[in-house]
Amino acid sequence: MKPFKRRRRGGLTATFEVGEAHLLASLAGQVVELLRDRNGAEESDADPLAAQLGMGGPSLPPEDPVLQRLLPDAYRDDPEDAGEFRRFTERSLTSVKVLNAETLIGSLVDGGLTFGEMPDELMNGEGDPVEVELDGEEVQAWLRALTDIRLSLAVRLGIETDEDTMLVSASEDAAVAAMSDIFEWLGYVQETLIAALD
Amino acid sequence: MTTPTPVEIAEPDVDHVVELEDPWVTIVWNDPVNLMSYVAYVFRNYFGYTEEKAHKLMLEVHHDGKTVVSSGSREQMERHVQAMHEYGLWATLERQDG
Repeated sequence: MKPFKRRRRGGLTATFEVGEAHLLASLAGQVVELLRDRNGAEESDADPLAAQLGMGGPSLPPEDPVLQRLLPDAYRDDPEDAGEFRRFTERSLTSVKVLNAETLIGSLVDGGLTFGEMPDELMNGEGDPVEVELDGEEVQAWLRALTDIRLSLAVRLGIETDEDTMLVSASEDAAVAAMSDIFEWLGYVQETLIAALD
Repeated sequence: MTTPTPVEIAEPDVDHVVELEDPWVTIVWNDPVNLMSYVAYVFRNYFGYTEEKAHKLMLEVHHDGKTVVSSGSREQMERHVQAMHEYGLWATLERQDG
């Protein structure tokens, strides 16, 4: 990829290889699916009236460990308070996270990503690089969506401590090593985005 | 023109008074995923802290495992926790004296 940088006329830009763009879109799509499943597809859009009326969402934390990390408890030692808070706020949080992930995918599509390529073409690196251009709002969405994607990968990799990150990157299991590479790469992408903001 | 109707003033509920006087805090917890640069950015961008303060708080999270990033009413702290979760940080709120 060409890392994020400021454009003279404002906003940020980065260029991804077509395979990288597909990967990002796929990972973001997985986050969307996971959150939608939790919410129930039609109810993914936050309904402010329903929220106000307390016709809220679930009060019990999710069972899926990725969702647990994306939708954590607000109160550490009080399941009742945590449940109340979750009931009133979780739907809104999942809706925002879905929106952020969809914005990320939208930026890639706007930059030329299409979903028609055959796997062979992707493997051969065919397809024009995807150049994304982000305005202020899109930058914020990318920051949050990238974080959500990295959090989900970390949970799947079993990363719980800083040490785990290093252990995982040295894994002899090919699948783990590949996922770890992606996790590191996403950290790099996010790092360049933050650096471009200063 | 209206005249105010006399209102019975009830004795304030003692527990309620204690809650008003007892500030709450927002705590951000360390996690192995979030970049130090990102955590510091969130503290600057959301709380409006200076680079210096944001960096200091971020280091506290990193070294101590957690730090208090804000204090105030319960409602305010709940909003902050919600915002932190939107950013992907893990935060909780609690009464100031634990």
